Amino acid sequence: MSASREHVLNAVRASIRQSGKPTLSPEQLTERLERPRPGLVPQRGQLDLAGRLDLFESWAKALSATLVRLDDLAHVPRAVADYLRQENLPAQVRLAPTPEIEGLDWQSQSLVEIARGRAQIDDTTSVTPAFAGIAETGTLMMLSGPQTPTTLNFVPENHIVVLKASQVVGSYEEALAHLRQVHGQGRMPRTVNYITGPSRTADIEQTIQLGAHGPRRLHILLVKDSADA
Amino acid sequence: MESTAHAFKDNVTTALHDANLQQALGKVRQGFIVKRREAADRLPEFEALRDQARDIKNHTLAHLDFYLEAYEKKVTEQGGQVHWAATAEEARDKIVDICRAADAKVVTKGKSMIAEEIALNAHLEEAGLDVVETDLGEYIIQLRHEPPSHIIAPAVHVTKKQVEADFRQYHADLPPERHLDEPWELVNEARQVLRQRYFQADVGITGANFLVAETGSSIIVTNEGNGDLTQILPKVHIVITSIEKVVPNLDDAMAILRVLARSATGQEFSTYTTLSTGPKRAEDLDGPEAYHVILLDNGRSGMLGGDFADMLRCIRCGACINHCPVYHAVGGHAYGWVYPGPMGSVLTPNLIGVEEAGHLPNASTFCGRCESVCPMRIPLPKMMRHWREREFERHLSPKAVRWGLSLWAFFARRPRLYGWATGMAMSLMAAVGRKNGFFERLPLAGGWTDHRAFPTPQGRTFRAQWAARQRQGEEPS
Ligand code: SF4
Repeated sequence: MSASREHVLNAVRASIRQSGKPTLSPEQLTERLERPRPGLVPQRGQLDLAGRLDLFESWAKALSATLVRLDDLAHVPRAVADYLRQENLPAQVRLAPTPEIEGLDWQSQSLVEIARGRAQIDDTTSVTPAFAGIAETGTLMMLSGPQTPTTLNFVPENHIVVLKASQVVGSYEEALAHLRQVHGQGRMPRTVNYITGPSRTADIEQTIQLGAHGPRRLHILLVKDSADA
Repeated sequence: MESTAHAFKDNVTTALHDANLQQALGKVRQGFIVKRREAADRLPEFEALRDQARDIKNHTLAHLDFYLEAYEKKVTEQGGQVHWAATAEEARDKIVDICRAADAKVVTKGKSMIAEEIALNAHLEEAGLDVVETDLGEYIIQLRHEPPSHIIAPAVHVTKKQVEADFRQYHADLPPERHLDEPWELVNEARQVLRQRYFQADVGITGANFLVAETGSSIIVTNEGNGDLTQILPKVHIVITSIEKVVPNLDDAMAILRVLARSATGQEFSTYTTLSTGPKRAEDLDGPEAYHVILLDNGRSGMLGGDFADMLRCIRCGACINHCPVYHAVGGHAYGWVYPGPMGSVLTPNLIGVEEAGHLPNASTFCGRCESVCPMRIPLPKMMRHWREREFERHLSPKAVRWGLSLWAFFARRPRLYGWATGMAMSLMAAVGRKNGFFERLPLAGGWTDHRAFPTPQGRTFRAQWAARQRQGEEPS
């Protein structure tokens, strides 16, 4: 171990000792670390499913995303094609290589050119699945993985996200609980992105401009699924 | 960066006469304050969340050694590397080593105050690397060869016209007749230019707002998405951060994040909050192949447990700066180093020494607005007072300050007498200045009245009003 490491840790320990404040035992600290408990969760993060969906939708829209609700996952390709047309975007999309999205009937939209895999510099629009939607601030939670490359969330100018109603939770803490269920306590995918609206900057005279480096448009397809109310 | 904090007085004079700066500062005064207020009002639990955020950090700092070791273990387990750096120099050298080992030519950078603190860019450039700032504000000031003037809005001192001139000069290969009058045109141009750079980069450097002991993750918060492109496209991701950034669990990080964006920009949540843990996994289609964390101390361990320990709770939201009347008047560069405003006045002398930065804690009107908006409830005015007292004891102050302070100390130890004397002075000033409501000149206060009128006191001292409000059980605002 490096000398700097010991140097810094010793200095930290000396200062803590000097403060004379009582400290918890390593066992108590380990317990806190290994059994994470949510703290104060705002009321607005504790709604029932219908309330969550409405709150998610209203925040997402207020924060400059667009959102449409679909009755069935099978309607996704059609909704994507409609969106591209409506926004006058090139008829090309890059899909996250996940069966749930790739496996849809994209041939039904014969005018849209389909690519798969990680994002390339010239990609204009991506379609990716969300891991969760968080109602309290209209936030999407996206995980990296072999079927969900992170570049798709940032490189294309337009980002279309497929979110199932049953994935919409109330609070950040609830989303974390799901993450721990899927990945195991203390284990993480390489990248977790919380995304709230499209990219923006206020660096020119404090006026907000969308599309600074990440997507200029964020379009959410909120799909009714079995657990839907 | 090279500090000019010792020249604070001269810096102030320059700032007050800089028309571009004064125009730019007008935007700070308007925007941030209202937006923060509205965001806080939208969330009934906001005040309770501030308490919780403070408590989480206090708990972590009281057991910082434990959490740092736990964090390091997790980073290593997931294939990343932690490099400890006691000093700025160690941190810089380590980063240059990593870049060399990766045979890097182009290095992209997300916004990092620690990188500013250790003057990273200059060293990377000296080492022959092509360094590209990717945050729009940082990119602008990199072109201008200027330091940031605000911790969350580094180019807040620059006007649109100035940015246009810089872009025309540095993007010389673009058609000269192009339109650049509107903010969106400037943003688009920067987007196009930087896009190429993200894909060329060999190493991406970001800061971290939090480190999570539970998982070994580093967290960044941005609105532009530049920090993400910076870390997922190159083959090496370096995180430059400092020891007080660690929190125990993911839940703790999210709990503090609830007050961060609201305090900073008045947003419900920043556009992008990103948790990065180790290098890409074997099957992943993208992401960096190597993940390094530089963990900097640079004086922070010495602050623990002392008079300035509370400052280590700071989450760099900038609210104290946005609400500071002194900052509103002089901007960030006058403070002479990386951290401006109230948080800088407390932090800078801790990090670069009171000999250099001893004037900064005087840059306060003690109005208390900074503390009242600080999400982490850091007692900034109290700590500025600590510095003033130390400064006084060290006899570094000019004579007049020493005289004034000893007079103040005389009264401060005799609160009754102080109340009586200030009450007298107030009534006297109120009587004399009643006619137009302002003093154009005040003896001993030329530094103030040269640039602004001093409002006539309204008859009662702050302490008297405070006492009255306390009796009514009302919170001073
Ligand atoms: S001192 Fe408080 S208000 Fe100022 S930047 Fe730090 S956390 Fe924000």
